[in-house]
Amino acid sequence: MLGKLDFSAIPIGEPIPLVAAGIVLVIILAVLVWAGVKGYFPYIWREWITSVDHKRIGVMYVLLAMVMLLRGGIDAIMMRTQLAFAFHSDGFFPPQHYNQIFSAHGTIMIFFVGMPFVIGLMNLIVPLQLGVRDVAFPTLNSVGFWLTATGALLVNVSLVIGEFARTGWLVFPPLSELTYSPGVGVDYYTWSLEISGVGTLVAGINLVTTVLKLRTRGMTYLRMPMFCWTTLASNLLIIAAFPILTATLAMLILDRYLGFHFFTNEGGGNSMMFMNLIWAWGHPEVYILALPAFGIFSEVVSTFSSKSLFGYRSMVLATMAICIISFMVWLHHFFTMGAGPNVNAIFGIASMIIAVPTGVKIYNWLFTMFGGRIRFETPMMWAVGFMVTFVIGGLTGVLVAVPPADFLLHNSLFLVAHFHNVIIGATLFGAFAGYTYWFPKAFGFRLHDGLGKTAFWFTLTGFYVTFIPLYAAGMLGMTRRLQHYDVAEWRPWMIAAGVGTILLTIGILFQILQLVVSIRRRDELRDATGDPWDGRSLEWATSSPPPAFNFAVMPNVAGEDAYWTIKSKAKQQGLQAREPDYRDIEMPRNSPTGFVCAFFATVMGFALIWHIWWLVAVGLVGAFATFVAFAWRDHDEYVIPAAEVARIDRANLAERRAAINQAEIPA
Amino acid sequence: MNILDPQGPIAAANKTILIDSIAIMLAIVVPTIIAILAFAYWFRQSNARAQYLPDFAYSGRIELVVWSIPTLTVILLAGVAWIGSHQLDPAVRVEGTGSPVRIQAVSLDWKWLFIYPDQRVATVNSLTVPVGAPLEFELTSASVWNVFFIPQLGSMIYTMNGMVTRLNLRADNEGDVQGLSAHFSGDGFPSMMFDVHVISPLDFPNWVSNTAKSGAVLNADSYRELARQSVETGRPVYRLDDPRLFEFIATQQIPPSPGPTLKTQSAQSYLENQDAR
Repeated sequence: MLGKLDFSAIPIGEPIPLVAAGIVLVIILAVLVWAGVKGYFPYIWREWITSVDHKRIGVMYVLLAMVMLLRGGIDAIMMRTQLAFAFHSDGFFPPQHYNQIFSAHGTIMIFFVGMPFVIGLMNLIVPLQLGVRDVAFPTLNSVGFWLTATGALLVNVSLVIGEFARTGWLVFPPLSELTYSPGVGVDYYTWSLEISGVGTLVAGINLVTTVLKLRTRGMTYLRMPMFCWTTLASNLLIIAAFPILTATLAMLILDRYLGFHFFTNEGGGNSMMFMNLIWAWGHPEVYILALPAFGIFSEVVSTFSSKSLFGYRSMVLATMAICIISFMVWLHHFFTMGAGPNVNAIFGIASMIIAVPTGVKIYNWLFTMFGGRIRFETPMMWAVGFMVTFVIGGLTGVLVAVPPADFLLHNSLFLVAHFHNVIIGATLFGAFAGYTYWFPKAFGFRLHDGLGKTAFWFTLTGFYVTFIPLYAAGMLGMTRRLQHYDVAEWRPWMIAAGVGTILLTIGILFQILQLVVSIRRRDELRDATGDPWDGRSLEWATSSPPPAFNFAVMPNVAGEDAYWTIKSKAKQQGLQAREPDYRDIEMPRNSPTGFVCAFFATVMGFALIWHIWWLVAVGLVGAFATFVAFAWRDHDEYVIPAAEVARIDRANLAERRAAINQAEIPA
Repeated sequence: MNILDPQGPIAAANKTILIDSIAIMLAIVVPTIIAILAFAYWFRQSNARAQYLPDFAYSGRIELVVWSIPTLTVILLAGVAWIGSHQLDPAVRVEGTGSPVRIQAVSLDWKWLFIYPDQRVATVNSLTVPVGAPLEFELTSASVWNVFFIPQLGSMIYTMNGMVTRLNLRADNEGDVQGLSAHFSGDGFPSMMFDVHVISPLDFPNWVSNTAKSGAVLNADSYRELARQSVETGRPVYRLDDPRLFEFIATQQIPPSPGPTLKTQSAQSYLENQDAR
């Protein structure tokens, strides 16, 4: 009836995850009760859960990423605490628990923090920057988000029911095969990523279609803001790479469930093939995460330097070069597998070549600052912190691309320090910069600046105090994923890294405090102009938060830096814009399809993990029925009448004019 | 285990390439970091002396320079990588004094078995080698992947079941260094550290004959016992029964070692029922 599932699946012997999960459950219940008592459920259902508005979905993606950042961050704190103490002893966590922690940390940070954070920001901003009303497939967008949430949920369920993978975040076979990992941990991993992988793929298809097919009048490719370009590159990579992940994990699933021999030791399986396939996805994945961050920094550096982006066409070229070359370097993840010197050297050199367009980007940001008038608001702080940090990460990255150097550093803590250096330095700093930069656009008020800067300094310092010691430990031969160690020379560095983690935690606490304080003081921090940073691209041309239809009238773009051009023209000619010609606007209707589909997908995933076959059928049929019901819909759009559009737009415009006039009086 | 303190020619060559590459890159990275901070500081809004150039968004010369700097650096490093990859190919023999020592390493769950086929002895978690002699390693795994790595002797390499990788090293100084597995292999992974004793070539035959006198014999049966999942804290030594043992493991004539049994009772019985069907 319940397959492999019974009460022994609940890890009574490991109190830490149980207590943690208990606290989380209590918090969730408290929030639900509070929302129920206040009567917020209908609002949440109508305006958020069933919403197909790209802005709402973008916000939910970012929210998911931030919640999961806390989970992954707690994992990180546990790991660093363990290693600071597990010298000549077993530390706090036995191997079977510790191995789950680092596997979950990696999985969560990449798939459920990095990915939703960047996809959320792209969802929120790209249609606005392109001057359009929504993404190409609004309901599919909702489906993509909810399937991602399904994956995140399943990973967290593994805390309480069963276990998570104990194999590292890329579940290398043969360790991940049934022989060596007979538990449900690897199944939680594979099914979470199969389901959320579908979500990511549809998000990728959606955003590529949006950039290619939906742009406002005059928004030619070479007038698109840099963030749209990096979105295009990143999502092209998603479309090309995520099917590889899905297929690879499907093969592992076939091995584990149906006795196939793709990657087993026996029966002619080839585990090296898994390594190749997973990195054929895994290396582009690095750039899927990094490219949007490059786009965010391009916007931020240009806006806060009050200049156009330096060398725009060169940046476009660099972005697309990275997009293509990133598919040709995967072998550098296993130079030490014993391939011949020609293979190693060629892939090493290909990996270095990526450093060229990346270096060009750094210099172009540098020259964007040159001759600027730089305002050091919080997003700009993240940008400068990123540039310095990323250059160091790039150096160590090119270093491990030299095969003989990699022969000493492969899989060591030096490598761990390197990829945290680039992923934290680029993606996380970029996500925080984008979050602070676009928060006023999403919600109509700014985040508190002082607290944001405090958070920045703690995070930056914490980053260096945590990861410089890991570089050092790697130089001392320390490898990754050790649950305890007896080598005295490693100890001081592990303690130092533990201290760094405390600083990083304080940084995160300040960000939470910043959000709370900003919400409480939202009236002081309100931005009526819709353009709080003196922005350059079209998202600043509409009100904050934008109306459901984004733009009352589709903007007409006459050059790069679309909104900057419009603003300067308006200033020069000194004319108040004419009342536009308002028309009826058709917008997509809300739909619970995504949520219901994801509900059934969750049921199906859980049932597959535990071999509860009748429930698998329920989930599968339910999800398919939801899809069919959606396909048979009669009405998928509703009309906002011209009068209503005019009313909303006039109110917004009046507020903006008032704010602008007020600002001009003292000057 | 400091990789900057090499005890053999391979590690020394690896280290030289590592240091050279860092030096080449620092030559452009340090000025870049200084420029980032300097530009950011000088062009701050409050600095009235800084010139505001709102239209400075393109310069062909600067573009040429910014594409050239990383390109030239990468060309230089590519040369280093190409030559280094060929010179330091792990499969290439190393010169040395005395006759080469063949060592066959097998990663077990969770210990290292070192077989000396020519000397007909085997050791666990302890490697004894003569100083100065070429060390020819053949490596495989009894179960999951591991990486054989002696940081102060250089170049690491994977061990994989059903496959043989090759590695050539040499130790130049007598004394003890440590080795480890550098690829996660399960619950006992941290215990896969091993000692490397580098002894004089004159002592090596003595060591071999002492080891060969040990009571324990390594044959297919005792190997099977040894290959079960467990952590080994001692340093057992064996007399080798059949010098083809490594070959049998690598070609799977001795099947891959088993994994753990399931933790929960119901899951175990459920899977057994499935198998019975």
